[in-house]
Amino acid sequence: MALLQISEPGQSPDPHRQRLAAGIDLGTTNSLIATVRSGRAETLPDESGEHLLPSVVRYTRDGVTVGTNARREAAADPLNTIASAKRLIGRAVRDVKTLGRDLPYEFVDTDSAVPRISTVAGPVTAVEVSSEVLKQLRTRAEATLGGELSGVVITVPAYFDESQRQATKDAARLAGLHVYRLLNEPTAAAVAYGLDRGSDGIHAVYDLGGGTFDVSILRLNQGVFEVMATGGDSALGGDDFDITIARWILGQAGQSADGSRGEQRRVLEIARRAKETLAAADAAPVELPLSAGGSWRGTLTIGQLAELLDPLIRRTVSTCRRVMRDAGVTADDVEEVVMVGGSTRTRPVREQVGALFGRPPLVDIDPDRVVAIGAALQADVLAGNKPGDEMLLLDVNPLSLGIETMGGLTEKIIPRNTTLPVARAQEFTTFKDGQTALALHVVQGERELVADCRSLARFELRDIPPMVAGAARIRVTFSVDADGLLHVEAAEQTTGSSTSVTVKPSYGLSDDEIGDMLKASMEHAGQDRDARRLVEEQVEAQRVIEALTAALAADGDTLLSAEERAGIDRALAQLRDLIGTTRDADAIKRAVTDLESDCGFYVERRMNQGIRKAMAGHRVDEFAGQPGRGVEED
Amino acid sequence: MLDLAKNYFDLFGLPVSFQLNMAELSARYRELQRVVHPDRFAASDSHSQRLSLQGATLVNEAYETLREPLKRAQYLLSLRNVELDADQQTLNDPAFLMEQLALREQLADVREAPDPMASLGTLINEIDTRVRAQVAELAVLLDDRSEQRLETAAQAVQKLQFLNKLLAEAEAAEADLEEAC
Repeated sequence: MALLQISEPGQSPDPHRQRLAAGIDLGTTNSLIATVRSGRAETLPDESGEHLLPSVVRYTRDGVTVGTNARREAAADPLNTIASAKRLIGRAVRDVKTLGRDLPYEFVDTDSAVPRISTVAGPVTAVEVSSEVLKQLRTRAEATLGGELSGVVITVPAYFDESQRQATKDAARLAGLHVYRLLNEPTAAAVAYGLDRGSDGIHAVYDLGGGTFDVSILRLNQGVFEVMATGGDSALGGDDFDITIARWILGQAGQSADGSRGEQRRVLEIARRAKETLAAADAAPVELPLSAGGSWRGTLTIGQLAELLDPLIRRTVSTCRRVMRDAGVTADDVEEVVMVGGSTRTRPVREQVGALFGRPPLVDIDPDRVVAIGAALQADVLAGNKPGDEMLLLDVNPLSLGIETMGGLTEKIIPRNTTLPVARAQEFTTFKDGQTALALHVVQGERELVADCRSLARFELRDIPPMVAGAARIRVTFSVDADGLLHVEAAEQTTGSSTSVTVKPSYGLSDDEIGDMLKASMEHAGQDRDARRLVEEQVEAQRVIEALTAALAADGDTLLSAEERAGIDRALAQLRDLIGTTRDADAIKRAVTDLESDCGFYVERRMNQGIRKAMAGHRVDEFAGQPGRGVEED
Repeated sequence: MLDLAKNYFDLFGLPVSFQLNMAELSARYRELQRVVHPDRFAASDSHSQRLSLQGATLVNEAYETLREPLKRAQYLLSLRNVELDADQQTLNDPAFLMEQLALREQLADVREAPDPMASLGTLINEIDTRVRAQVAELAVLLDDRSEQRLETAAQAVQKLQFLNKLLAEAEAAEADLEEAC
């Protein structure tokens, strides 16, 4: 039990046993894994010293290759080499059709809501492709750290919607990773910078990656990072720069834009290299091999680049303005602007962002690594490795959540930029006499018409007691947790009967589909599922025992009567015996659940005590100086 | 359950009053979140996680209610058993309503103005001034214990609601104009 989080500083159950935790930046173009070692967060390299893992997966008849080797084959084997899976993750077949023009893959027609790419190894989803990248990073970390990861923090673009977040979590589950938290990329970057400098005030983070753009405005106050507003575009990034430059090259060379998939990949690669050259030089030579033989040679100057990319960069600047307005700040209020993501190396981007905020943006932490480093710092805190740590992240939901009302209009239930976690209730009633079911459609987005928003879930409330029209009072509670994921509960108020709701994600993989994939991947790895489950339950039981023991040592005698204390001690001893003697994973799981529910009252007392301590001893004069650090007060 | 079912002012250890020290409010908000936030229980058992989620949700709700003058005023009235139902209550102040109509007309005409951005800026400042005046009036009506003026306060809350809505529309129009250029 995480009772240790509210224990006094320096009283962690066993200071020598740190949980292995890592932060993962699962990027469109490249991915990284980082961890905190000896108090320092650092990204982990592979055997050849490379920190960046290209987010590219190649499927062959013999197996799967991930990373640099896969990327090398992209032009030669475009159909089986999947890059930029992040652009597809959590998206519907319909979305893919609009994105599809720029994606050189073949999609399989399927009944599932989730698009599948056809490869020689069979159809694959973006979730599976991403899980291959995650598996690779997991292997790298476990080999380096010499043990199994207890949990990870995976970063996602702040502007990712519900289905994209859920799909990212699914990919982690497939890769056998326990996700402590999904963390928004700009928030992660702010952590890396903020903790580094310890500077309180308002900060802007401009994060332009390979395929996504985010901007967040945060207020940092004594280790608490409060996101004031966030915005972005989950389909805009350096890939679009490459496509724009590639079109220009083809146009200059008098070539058609409809070349073969391999040719398209090749010209994109040439465009990318020219863009990267211009990060330091004022002109880049361009050479395009022609299908008729020979090649076209030209030059791309920094001025031409700025002109070509201007419409794309202006879109990001306009989003920055909107986010500042949402946060209620002006450019003058912003003390520092942090640049994140490889695409912020493009000089026209830095220039326009600098002009908007009226100061040169900060680029001193490697923009490729800063997100992973922030995620690692957060993972270390979430794992409970730093009891009494003062860092806390308060993030917001990036998009408004609403429901469909009469006439296809959206009614907002939770507006964008509301601090998480949040719950809002809405009452509904019946329209006809004797009506026993009610259909609800949950959407995400800012537009007034449902058709312009993203459909998240449709569900029916059934078993409403028959009454006259308008008499039923159905209270539906929408809650968004700290990962940005939605939960819905409903209850009929007049009769007190609660109605069960199953939220079926409109564009997600079903539990069955994930189950099948898990099974397949385990068979593939030749793992013994039962043995693995037993180990997992044993580890979980051990964790609960440790935490409870530490809690009892701290305040078991003050918060519990002798009788209560004896009961808990007995239950603890029983669980200890059980894990030493049985090989039945289910029995251990049941015993842990029983122990937790038996100790529920104690957990509550401790949390309440924590709250009382936080609020106790406050004097008005105390606030004139430094806000009190209530947790540590006696 | 957590011991959080007190009123929102008690939760933050602040006096029940419309005029609040915002720095104190946000400092105590952060302290409470440090204790209850789900990030403190990420590696924890499901019971603690559920409790923490409930606690953090309530603390956020309380903070948002007390931070916004309109919500704070509505909440204070509900604590004093004055229920506000926007659909049923009518605002009995013809002068105020006429002024609202005039401001709405100005907003509708702003796109036709020679310099829409400048006209809109002036209009937003004007509405903002009225919002501030309304908030100041509420401070007197709600915090002055010498006489019960809850009925007048309820009317003032409704006026603030009108003005806030108008301000939001004007700001949305400004956003549209900025994005168009």
